Amino acid sequence: MSHSQSFEVKNLSCIRDDRILFEGLNFKISNHQVLLLEGKNGCGKTSLLRIICGFREQDAGEMFWCDTSINESEYYSDMAYVGHLDGVKKELTVLENLKMSLALGQSGNYSIEQALDKVLLAGYDDSLVQSLSAGQKRRLSLARLLITKNSLWVLDEPFTSIDKEGIKLIESLMHEHITDGGMIILTSHHDLVLHEADVQKINLSLCH
Amino acid sequence: MSLIAAFFAVIRRDLTLAFRRRAEIANPIFFFILVVTLFPLGVGANPKLLQAIAPGIIWVSALLAVMLSLDSLFRSDFDDGSLEQMLLSSHPLTVLVFAKIIAHWLVTGLPLLIVAPLLAVFLGLPEQALGTLLITLVLATPVLSLIGSIGVSLTIGLRGGGMILSLLVLPLYVPVLIFASNAVEMAGNGLAVDAQINILIAIFFTSVVLAPLPAAAAIKMSVD
Repeated sequence: MSHSQSFEVKNLSCIRDDRILFEGLNFKISNHQVLLLEGKNGCGKTSLLRIICGFREQDAGEMFWCDTSINESEYYSDMAYVGHLDGVKKELTVLENLKMSLALGQSGNYSIEQALDKVLLAGYDDSLVQSLSAGQKRRLSLARLLITKNSLWVLDEPFTSIDKEGIKLIESLMHEHITDGGMIILTSHHDLVLHEADVQKINLSLCH
Repeated sequence: MSLIAAFFAVIRRDLTLAFRRRAEIANPIFFFILVVTLFPLGVGANPKLLQAIAPGIIWVSALLAVMLSLDSLFRSDFDDGSLEQMLLSSHPLTVLVFAKIIAHWLVTGLPLLIVAPLLAVFLGLPEQALGTLLITLVLATPVLSLIGSIGVSLTIGLRGGGMILSLLVLPLYVPVLIFASNAVEMAGNGLAVDAQINILIAIFFTSVVLAPLPAAAAIKMSVD
């Protein structure tokens, strides 16, 4: 990625059921950076990610992609999200699911075969997703990040139901993405091991 | 990929899914056949009476069959997060929603179109009305899917939204029902039906243009 990109939020607030989850939140990340959101359960980590994705309307504040407001920028073609829901259809095969993701976005650095290889799902092309285990489904939804063009990854608890080797694998994928000039915003209860990466941490429990 | 490729990918995906969940998809059409075949048993085998109420029976059953299938339009995509991914796509959601509506019509409306003439003959609908019945079905079943999509997308995020869905959608279905069954009845009596057909054409084009937009907007609100 040649040109520099950045994602910035200014004065962001989120109120849920009259309870202030966070307010006056500011941060900026640019290429090669990771933002790790921390805090106890119910402190608004997922709400923040859903605001960043545009699913939820923020109660105050603004978000910018490359210094332009996200709705006027190329934001949505440059970001990808993996949330609590896998976003894959269990009646479709692995290959059909990835082809659909590709149709919704633009092709990225890896072909479908290479991506499946990377997430250790090679040879599962024609298996129905319902026959995969929870961890394999998770890795499949992460494969989506590799096949589409994006520089900002928004990950909500990417390590749920993934075994130790899987965690190492995802960490190496994240590391590769970062060195390649990408950005990651994630929540995780797992201690992240990202060597030489520029990791910012925000504890949302403290953002009242 | 281009918008057109995404549009056809969504249609193809939904058709594949429908094919893999055959039992679920066959449900509305079975409902339609059952309701229509039960009527002669209920009202008695009086050919004159059946002939007179045939357009109404067929249209009411078709309408209810489509309503029964509406929930499947976005439900599974909402539950497994596929809808979120569509929202994040760089393509306009309206176009993707329109593709989903077309796929929904292909799996629910089209089978009705094929079965309805057979059931019409079974109820003794006059031959000269069969053509009109087909025309009204071709024009109005897509309208049922289109209008229904607005209702489903509004209620998708609610637990037990089925009741509200019927309340939202039924009033909008009433004009379609009135003009369509009236056209078939008039045609059976050998009268001109141009007026009703023209109105159905107007409703069809209006809903093609106007339904996907609010449906997409409502989905954005429901995914929260």
